[in-house]
Amino acid sequence: MKWRYFKQNLFFSLSRLCALILAVAIGGFLIYILVNGISAINWGFLTQPPQDSMTKGGIMPAILGTFYLTVGALITALPLGIASAIYLSEYAKEGPVIRIIRIGVNCLAGVPSIVFGLFGLGLFVVFLQFGSCILSGSLTLGFLILPTIIGASEEALKAVPQTFREASLGLGVSKWQTILRIVLPNALPGILTGSILGIGRAAGETAPIMFTAAAFFTAKLPTSIFDEVMALPYHVYVLATAGTHIEETRQIQYGTVLVLVGLVLSIDLIAIVIRSYIRKRKRW
Amino acid sequence: MKNNNSIIETKNINFYYGDFRALIDVTMGFERNKVTALIGPSGCGKSTLLRLLNRMNDLIGRTRVEGEVIFEGKNIYDPGVDPVDIRRRIGMVFQKPNPFPKSIFDNITYGPRLTGIKDKSTLEALVEQSLKQASLWDEAKDILGQSAMMLSGGQQQRLCIARALAMKPEILLMDEPTSALDPISTAKIEELIEELKKDYTIIIVTHNMQQAARISDYTGFFYLGKLIEYNPAEKLFTNPEVSQTEDYITGRFG
Repeated sequence: MKWRYFKQNLFFSLSRLCALILAVAIGGFLIYILVNGISAINWGFLTQPPQDSMTKGGIMPAILGTFYLTVGALITALPLGIASAIYLSEYAKEGPVIRIIRIGVNCLAGVPSIVFGLFGLGLFVVFLQFGSCILSGSLTLGFLILPTIIGASEEALKAVPQTFREASLGLGVSKWQTILRIVLPNALPGILTGSILGIGRAAGETAPIMFTAAAFFTAKLPTSIFDEVMALPYHVYVLATAGTHIEETRQIQYGTVLVLVGLVLSIDLIAIVIRSYIRKRKRW
Repeated sequence: MKNNNSIIETKNINFYYGDFRALIDVTMGFERNKVTALIGPSGCGKSTLLRLLNRMNDLIGRTRVEGEVIFEGKNIYDPGVDPVDIRRRIGMVFQKPNPFPKSIFDNITYGPRLTGIKDKSTLEALVEQSLKQASLWDEAKDILGQSAMMLSGGQQQRLCIARALAMKPEILLMDEPTSALDPISTAKIEELIEELKKDYTIIIVTHNMQQAARISDYTGFFYLGKLIEYNPAEKLFTNPEVSQTEDYITGRFG
């Protein structure tokens, strides 16, 4: 009897410890970034372009650039991803073609991000002659997060009870209307979860935008989607590797990372709030 | 048995799930404004037949239909027929109550809105009429804006009936509509069916033989995909023609 309780407690303690390690790791990382970066953050840092070979001034163009690129990636990937997921989950009949598409999507998820960057360079920048700009970068990042969006959306669509579809079709509502009015609204929280993951990835990636969108330095703010932009992750990369004043910019690097993490977390937060609001309204 | 006043009838229907033949040469007519019950042990094909009548079986992959289902002089399996039109005219109520996670009002207006009814007062009148027909009006009239998921199981099932009626179908198919409900809710639905047959033709699948005996005018007994006996309920339950029917209704098997 005692032995059984001992084993049980041991297991609970172990799993609690694992959860704790995770929390400490994430917390530690956030605190480290916060402590080192907070002193760099001030109004000027957030609203001014870099100055004096980027050793002074702010990172405003990079914040704006990352925001544009992330939104652009979502605009690219969400419609494409959701439409693909609808096809895979609602229309496609199981068979070799579908299996190949699924394998393709999964493989896409495993492709290194630098390969996406080179793909974007080849297709958008060079072949389609968009040049290195917001459009090329957004499309490249969009393709990068496409598998995440497709996967999450398909799962979300499949989780909508079959009885809802039957009820709607049984009323003489067409399949397309059933998907539009019943299936999609009920899958929305799951689709948003996928988007959250996608946002985090799109905002944080450096390699895909290196050749397709990001500028080393530009004080000029973009006026169209065909303009080059600065981006937070690339800015950090540049300061940490290519800069000749690594020591002087250390503060700015930490500050930039803090802003990047803050930006991603706040976009996540918005999506989480929307998701929980929708979930509260839809219960089954 | 041949009905002269059939609204819908099957002619030599065979149905296959893959290689499995679930229905064998079923020919039967369903009389207008009557309640017809389909009974038989699990897997006998009664639900399959019911779902054939408004082409709900189309939704299942790897199935095949042979034969004809004649609804008002036309075979609903003709290539030119749109199953969506058929399902508008032949409504369905399912085994488990399946309201949408929307308000009671929106559950009922969901179908009619998509057929193009936009006028608010028309929709309100339709909601009242449908809920009254499904005898849910008194319980629901003050909470029309609330989620249908808050209703009890029996109320949800009556809402599903109201939702089907709002499409103004001619036939109402019911697939074991009370099997998930308690006895009191079941009694209410049975009363309701009695009421509804004035305006609709009702075809109901049930596992409950007492229920079939209580509510149906005609009863068909299915066994292993065949229609074994089809007679007025009174005759089938008191003086069956086929010995297999008798074995089943007296509880010797199934």
